Amino acid sequence: MTDMPQESGAGGRSRPVRMYRLPDGLGGKLWVWRYLILRRLTQFLVILLFFATAHWAWSLFGAPLISGNLSASSLVGLIPLADPFAVLQILFTRHVLATEVLVGAAIVLIFYALVGGRVFCSWVCPVNPITDLAGWLRNKLGLGNALHLNRNLRYYVLVLSLVLALVTGLAAFEWVSPIAMLHRELIFGIGMGLIGVGGIFLFDLMVVRHGWCGHLCPLGAFYSIVGRVAQIRIRFDERTCTKCGECIRVCPEPQVLNLNQAARKGLVTSGECTNCGRCVPVCPEDSLSFDLRPLIARHNQISNDYSPRRTS
Amino acid sequence: MAQAAGSGRRAFLIRLVQGASLAASAGLVWTYVLRNQARASPFALRPPGALPEAEFHALCIKCGQCVNACPYETLRLATAWEPMPIGSPYFRPREYPCLMCPDIPCKEACPTGALSAELGDIEDARMGLAVIDTENCLSWQGLRCEVCFLSCPVKGKAISLERRQGVGGGLARIVPWVHSDHCTGCGVCENRCPTDEAAIRVVDPSLVQGRMGAHYRLRDHDPAGLMVFDTPLEAPPADRGAQKKIPGLDALNLGDWP
Repeated sequence: MTDMPQESGAGGRSRPVRMYRLPDGLGGKLWVWRYLILRRLTQFLVILLFFATAHWAWSLFGAPLISGNLSASSLVGLIPLADPFAVLQILFTRHVLATEVLVGAAIVLIFYALVGGRVFCSWVCPVNPITDLAGWLRNKLGLGNALHLNRNLRYYVLVLSLVLALVTGLAAFEWVSPIAMLHRELIFGIGMGLIGVGGIFLFDLMVVRHGWCGHLCPLGAFYSIVGRVAQIRIRFDERTCTKCGECIRVCPEPQVLNLNQAARKGLVTSGECTNCGRCVPVCPEDSLSFDLRPLIARHNQISNDYSPRRTS
Repeated sequence: MAQAAGSGRRAFLIRLVQGASLAASAGLVWTYVLRNQARASPFALRPPGALPEAEFHALCIKCGQCVNACPYETLRLATAWEPMPIGSPYFRPREYPCLMCPDIPCKEACPTGALSAELGDIEDARMGLAVIDTENCLSWQGLRCEVCFLSCPVKGKAISLERRQGVGGGLARIVPWVHSDHCTGCGVCENRCPTDEAAIRVVDPSLVQGRMGAHYRLRDHDPAGLMVFDTPLEAPPADRGAQKKIPGLDALNLGDWP
């Protein structure tokens, strides 16, 4: 975030800074919003599949399609899935878990370690549309922060939840998690859990920008740690970047777009990147794109060959 | 320079203590919420095979697979602010009792072991214990009802009919009697009880069941309430001679009481 000036470092650039403009046509707009639309579809589909299995008996190969919820589930009665953070908390209560849920947690953990830990946050979590709405509304209203919170606070909340699991013998976050509450009540019947989500909405809207997802949520903190080894990442092409700062303006976790660091590594390395894809379509120079980590160095090399640095 | 280093260390220590205090106070509030939730547990009837409450609380991941596996409308997950621990499965017999599936699909669906895999026979389940409000039970008040007895899935074992002598020369009554060693707590009796508010209810045994203590040694227990003792009380051996010899000393003091 420190490097937003139009001319950067070494020799300065001849390239003019173009600012981003949303296309006028609907087609162009939809193309810009492609990741947003895909994310909303995925989020809706996840809830739909759980709900339809529970209430409309959707099945595949004669077995329930996906029974359970995001805490733990069973895919076609065969493949167990489980929230690795919930399982970790239960392990901290020093109770012996059945193998099924341990296998399920391992499967989910490996999946998110590959696609990017916080892919859960921006593509699956049911709270995300609500905090995104709060963020959008806050921009429209031009509201400032009422409180300063450190973005590392979530890691302390994560540690605290594990300590409390050890002390109280209860999976501390699972018992108060507004994420689990919302998701559970969407599938198994609406109750007062929605109030917790209303609290998050107000907090994000009025108090801190991206307050819950970006500062407090221990599940996001957990997946941030998992995401350090993610194989799907945002490739950063330094040669074409004019450092206009459009990407940082739309990013819900702007600290991950440390462009100096990204230039050194050729990609956005931080596990806190949610792979939401907001930055990709708004970059006027197409300097940011989704890519597979092992291919990124090669792709950057190709890019360099075709558009060599134009500095003296 | 030394001064600056000292103040830096001091500032660091102060920040450390402040951070720890913040964590401690947040932890206290958080713990209070958790304890408050867990405290509601005696009012929740759990699916068959549920481990003792403390273990169940720790292991249940609140995924609802038992709820989905239940072929009836028995099980549900507690929503927030219900007087039940949040998100955990429970049932209300008056609304829908457990119908005691022999294959126990809810237990089979549990991925964490919160519903114990060791439960093989549904009749060994102990979801709760039926208790009778004798003041409002039709049979206990002298009417013929017997609905709970007739609807009980553990027929004749969990609820029996007993003949009670009428009080003060009144007519004898046939009353239902619950046997805790067979009652699974399925709640069919509570569901079918014809009174406005159920006069037989399933509750967590810890709320109603006493414990006698091992030093009371009984051989037989007549369900109608009559205790039959192991050794019938015998009259003290009559050593009239000794009694006569020492006036004022009763038989207990002679040392030959069994």
